Amino acid sequence: MRIGVFICHCGKNIAGVIDIKRLTSSVSELEEVYYATDYVYLCSEPGQKAIQDQIKELGLTHIVVAACSPKMHAATFAQALEDAGVNAYLLEIANIREQCSWVHPHEPEEATDKAFELIKAGVAKVGQAVPLQPLSVPLNRKVMVVGGGIAGIQAALDIANGGFEVYLVERTPSLGGHMAQLSETFPTLDCSSCILTPRMVEAAKHPKIHLYTYSEVKEVQGVVGQYKVKIEQKPRYVDPVKCTGCGDCTEVCPVIVPNEFEQSLGGRKAIYVPFSQAVPLKYTIDLENCLNTRELVVCDQCYRACGPKAINYLMEPKEEEIEVGAIVVATGYDLMPVEDLKEYGGGLYPDVVSGLEFERLVTASGPTSGVVRRPSDGKIPKRIVFIQCAGSRDPEHGCAYCSKICCMYTAKHAFMFKHAVPDGEVFVFYIDVRAAGKGYEEFVQRVMEEERIAYLRGKVSKVFQRDDKLIVWGSDTLTGMAVEIEADMVVLAPAVVPSKGAKELAKLFKTPVNEYGFLDEVHPKLRPVESSAMGVYLAGAAQAPKDIPDSVSQASAAASKVLGLFSQEELALEPIKAEVNLDNCDGCALCVGVCPYGAISLVQDEPDGPRHIQVHKALCQGCGVCMATCPKEGVNVAGFTLAQLREQLRAMLK
Amino acid sequence: MEIAYFPGCTLKTTAKSFETSALAIAESLGLDIKELPEWTCCGTVYSLAEDDLMKQLGPIRTLARAEGLGYSTLTTLCSMCYNTLVQAKQFVAGDSVRLQKINNFMEEESDYTGTVEIKHFLTLLMELGLDRLKEAVQRDLAGRKIACYYGCLLLRPESASIDDCEQPQILEQLMQALGAEPVFFPYQVECCGSYLTAVKPDIVARRAYRILENARENGAEAIITSCPLCSFNLKDRQKNIKAIYPGFKDIPVYYFTEIMSEALGITKTVENS
Repeated sequence: MRIGVFICHCGKNIAGVIDIKRLTSSVSELEEVYYATDYVYLCSEPGQKAIQDQIKELGLTHIVVAACSPKMHAATFAQALEDAGVNAYLLEIANIREQCSWVHPHEPEEATDKAFELIKAGVAKVGQAVPLQPLSVPLNRKVMVVGGGIAGIQAALDIANGGFEVYLVERTPSLGGHMAQLSETFPTLDCSSCILTPRMVEAAKHPKIHLYTYSEVKEVQGVVGQYKVKIEQKPRYVDPVKCTGCGDCTEVCPVIVPNEFEQSLGGRKAIYVPFSQAVPLKYTIDLENCLNTRELVVCDQCYRACGPKAINYLMEPKEEEIEVGAIVVATGYDLMPVEDLKEYGGGLYPDVVSGLEFERLVTASGPTSGVVRRPSDGKIPKRIVFIQCAGSRDPEHGCAYCSKICCMYTAKHAFMFKHAVPDGEVFVFYIDVRAAGKGYEEFVQRVMEEERIAYLRGKVSKVFQRDDKLIVWGSDTLTGMAVEIEADMVVLAPAVVPSKGAKELAKLFKTPVNEYGFLDEVHPKLRPVESSAMGVYLAGAAQAPKDIPDSVSQASAAASKVLGLFSQEELALEPIKAEVNLDNCDGCALCVGVCPYGAISLVQDEPDGPRHIQVHKALCQGCGVCMATCPKEGVNVAGFTLAQLREQLRAMLK
Repeated sequence: MEIAYFPGCTLKTTAKSFETSALAIAESLGLDIKELPEWTCCGTVYSLAEDDLMKQLGPIRTLARAEGLGYSTLTTLCSMCYNTLVQAKQFVAGDSVRLQKINNFMEEESDYTGTVEIKHFLTLLMELGLDRLKEAVQRDLAGRKIACYYGCLLLRPESASIDDCEQPQILEQLMQALGAEPVFFPYQVECCGSYLTAVKPDIVARRAYRILENARENGAEAIITSCPLCSFNLKDRQKNIKAIYPGFKDIPVYYFTEIMSEALGITKTVENS
């Protein structure tokens, strides 16, 4: 073993504080060190060459570079080593810049001593290092996209157009998500359905996209490159192959229930499609509301009406296993239930509605054919109060964050209402108007000024009913006045929250969520669409409240990450992974429970043989929790073995 | 288990009937509550000044004394006392530096350590259980339409609230158990005007008018409260209301314990005030 130590001046960054001459000479005197030298900029081309030359000339086998943080240049020096024929893992970086010269600029003596200690520790550690080779794991180049809203559709289309197969899984009977429920979209006021439905059809017809609607992800196993996913297709009780979507069944169905798609403002039959542009246009029997049960058929109206005989009351849930290499999670959002906003009369008075309910009331295809009517008596309201930040920016309701979309959709609603009811009056209570998007501020200004909407800066304290009016108490903080408005209708902008079940789903994918249940990215700025589970990508409002442009951008970003991953035939992984030492491991399994990635399992080589752990290399992130937990030195992280760390520590304490 | 009872000033003066009826109820239901032998002012209006520890001395002294006597629970009737004590307890909880400073101010007391739990009398009743209360009813209040008025101090801030601070139900549940018919009225948690009553009685009269009329509009024949200040503003200011709104007709205002003791057959029918 010949250890060479290269000390960098980093211009004056290191040499301005540390006495390089003294440092180099004391390092040279170390017994373990074969050769030590210094250079002004080691990371530069000639600096790297100097290292390579010495490797070749002196036959150096292990290298310590004393320079800046390994985060900065470890990869640079590792490559230089590889090029000179030394394994990249026989390199150790002693960080004498960030951890020494920069933090001790006024103590040059002590800093020089400390730099020596750091190098000594590096030498001790590298002395125990062994060459490591990158791991290569197989990569299944298919992807599953969970969620069939605009984000999921966009991601699926982008990946499929890139040439890879996509499984698109949607929980409800149709693609479309919340965007399908919207009337117009801000700030351009183009019709939501007009821009969405062609994409829905495109996704459904794409030869590379396998559509699983009315389906849920039940189980996820494996890791990046090789996931096994169980999908349950719920029974529609209508054969999707035979169903032509003619609607003869729905006409004869005697059961009318509230329509979820219409936010319960309209009805649907027990055999239904959520909306007329549904994709796929296949009917579904909602067995919870159908007169029939799994045991007893008491009504066969739809069966008799169905020409192609597609109705099958005996249909069972179907489970299917698919194998994919990556997953895009686009599970979207829900609104906080208005029932949770009792101070605003939510759930107490029928004419207090949510933004999404209002959306249905102004939509031409909605339950009132686009005529805004009060749910209580069907009258056209003349005076509407909009309450923004209903639950958002409100820690007492558990949502301290801004829901982002409400300022804009409220302005849009106010605009649409004024156009539908020109003599109507609109009041908007707001905290701040947040219109930071392309064309957003202009739109809000236009609404305020041209439509003469009264924007009142302040919060509402209470909404209650007096006769057939809703009384709204609020404050206008710009005039300092308490305001009482007698309104016909109140529209809340409830907080945007993660969709129901998203948290449980996140557990299946082993992706962390934040305190509110939104999916967390690895890095908020530099890696915004990757989850910390490798191979799981995020798109849309599942990550945080987002409007359509943001959801679509992020979906395309997630798709490009998937395409980047799939550009390789096999997956290369860092070899810094936990490894079992079979001589010491007695199968106590202490490490199994602490592993945050579920990478360790307990196995038996023979039926009655001793048990020991096994590390799933692709799952392991090399964090070392197992190693710190094991009382028997039965598991080591390659590149950071106990022997390496022990020697490193010993050298420092000597 | 014996529970310490902290009356506070008003219960011994203008709200005597509140105390008398509550203590009688406690006795008849077997609640073992005993007045603290030595008690001082609760601190009245809870001070929001983060650094003015002196303001917390009153309530903490009371808690220290209850703790010193070995009590684990302390109860109050007055909403104001309840609120001040709870907020003071929360103010020092988990802040040992603050607590130490306050303890140092009261060398004559044993140190307060934060163990005493403060429960409003209503909470004690709820813990007995609605079934138990129903059993105890002697003269059921059938047909009595009662508006339950909370004001602010039982409910705000949320951390001190004895119930859902937006839509409280605790008084309604109690009234229902006694056979009465609680009416929902939107002004149940509106501010009564509080201490403005001392300097701007007209403002309080106008507020009280709206609260009382709202209760009446919703069918109430009487209003109950647990706060002596609310009671004063809603009941005693009715003569001021009349001066402003000549058409205003009196509406009775009771402490919830007054109506309750009637239902339990302890006192005679509460006369219209």
